[in-house]
Amino acid sequence: MVYVLKRFVHMIFVLWAVATILFFMFRTMPGSPLAAFLDTTTSAEQQEALIRQFGLNKTLGEQYWLFLTNLIQGDLGQSFFFRKPVTEVVMGVLPNSIILMLASLIIAYIFGIVAGAYLAWRRGSWVEGVGIPLVLTTRAAPEFWLGMVLLAFFSFQLGWFPSGGANTSGSDWESGWQRVTSLDYISHLALPAITLAIYLQGLPLLLMRSNMLNVLQEEFITMARMKGLSTSTIVMRHAARNALLPVATAFALGIGGAVGGNVVVETVFSWPGIGRLLVNAVAASDYPLAQGAFLMITGVLVIMNFIADVTYHLLDPRVRDATR
Amino acid sequence: MQHADTIVLPSRSAQLGAGIIRWFKRATAIPRRDPFAFIGLLIFFAFVLIAIFANSLITHDPREILFDENFDLARNLPPGGEHILGTTFSGRDIYSQLIMGTRGALLVGVTAALSVVTIGTVIGLISGYFGGLTDTLLMRLADIALGVPFLPFVIVLAAFLGPSEWNVVFGIALLLWPQSARVIRAQVMSLRERAFVEAARVTGAGSWRILFVHITPNVLSLSFLYASIAVGWAILTEAAISFLGFGPSDSVTWGQMLQDAYASQALGRGQYYWFIPPGLCIIAIVVAGFLISRGYEEILFPKLKD
Repeated sequence: MVYVLKRFVHMIFVLWAVATILFFMFRTMPGSPLAAFLDTTTSAEQQEALIRQFGLNKTLGEQYWLFLTNLIQGDLGQSFFFRKPVTEVVMGVLPNSIILMLASLIIAYIFGIVAGAYLAWRRGSWVEGVGIPLVLTTRAAPEFWLGMVLLAFFSFQLGWFPSGGANTSGSDWESGWQRVTSLDYISHLALPAITLAIYLQGLPLLLMRSNMLNVLQEEFITMARMKGLSTSTIVMRHAARNALLPVATAFALGIGGAVGGNVVVETVFSWPGIGRLLVNAVAASDYPLAQGAFLMITGVLVIMNFIADVTYHLLDPRVRDATR
Repeated sequence: MQHADTIVLPSRSAQLGAGIIRWFKRATAIPRRDPFAFIGLLIFFAFVLIAIFANSLITHDPREILFDENFDLARNLPPGGEHILGTTFSGRDIYSQLIMGTRGALLVGVTAALSVVTIGTVIGLISGYFGGLTDTLLMRLADIALGVPFLPFVIVLAAFLGPSEWNVVFGIALLLWPQSARVIRAQVMSLRERAFVEAARVTGAGSWRILFVHITPNVLSLSFLYASIAVGWAILTEAAISFLGFGPSDSVTWGQMLQDAYASQALGRGQYYWFIPPGLCIIAIVVAGFLISRGYEEILFPKLKD
């Protein structure tokens, strides 16, 4: 419990630090907010509103205080482009990002765990000789390029999947839930999710494989062998179960990794998520929106790291007792 | 008097020479021990050669807009004939762009890797050797750097500081040092207690001298390990930034080629010869980094092999 509390304080500290860095980055860097929103295209009253919104007529210290208090209240300012509160815009696209992330992570981890266990079992065979370089290749491929290739082939050439967006335009849904469970949404989700999954499966696969190799050398495996159990029983029931734990914690860490991968994959497939929102906001100098999207992404990342550490701690008695 | 006993110490340059030879011997030991790492080195070396001789390998100016004999724009030509990989939507030679892109990729990759590893090594050394408050502060800094989402941060940075590959390098250096710093710190903490460090301390060597003369050589191979991974990371990141449109517009890079292909609907026209090759080049160079690091890992930590 003390550990969880300590880790929680640590998480808050990192969040605060990142928010602070962001604040000073957006305010003191060359060519940033002031130049961006006080240019000729903004009208006098818009400028007025902006100055009030960020307290730009106040000292840097007061601005910083304003920023922090607003942040805690969930007020991230108004988006220039959407003319809506940033929180509303960000929350509007966040579900799409989370669905994409979870879908790809689930595909990646199920595949990675099964394939990793299989590769460990077939150690030294030709399967390993082909499999490992192949996995390394998928880890080395830029996600956006992978997305482009899949898009060109499965969407444009074969016409199996739609080429972008999250829904066919003009479609109407009674509820958000109905929308995301519709066949239309899922067919739009398929390619970006597969792209991200191909990128993400390397980590669980390699992790699972190396854990399996370690576990297979332990005494209880020898014991199981001596009992005369079949290889498949040993691999599935004894070794895989024990090798699974670190992979399970890597799941939360994988979410952190997916956040970055999301940015480019969402752009390639025009998926209306938070990564694409960030890219568009930065490109359009929509500074409050960019800041809000960035903070939201950081929040997801840091919270996931926290969950990963805590679950690992709670699940593995060896780690738990060591820090006690 | 003139023939008093003198101890002839090897000159500094001779020492350095011996050091270089030793390093070289160690480096060439890789191919014999690990064929994978050897392949990695070969790939990397091939790209270095392509980058150096890019000017004589290209068939056209990669940025020149080309016209055919009827003075029509040489747009979307298929591979073959004069254009080995065809031409782009705006009539530029794809093969020449691909060759020229090698330069940018290697430049960004190697500089970023060097900066990441230099920062990581220095911080790891200081943190591990001095411990205490210095260590706590530096490691908290590492936690923060790890808490920042990597690609989004580089995007924001590149957008603010202006489109230049150096800003990408800067962003990478700023965020990727903690991984190497942590490992090197752990290594230094164990080295610090060894007898040779104690011996150096007894002879009156100062902290900095011990750190940089006695301890550093023992962690450099670890630094190299991280550098070979960082090269790939840097190239991937630069490509992603260029693809998103935050890269420099006046240079030719693989990321830029992919952005151009994506933006001019090459996907819909099925111009695989345009967007497949840059991706394969990126994969090849990143895989080379993986293979080299894997080979080094096995030499450094032989226990991991089984």
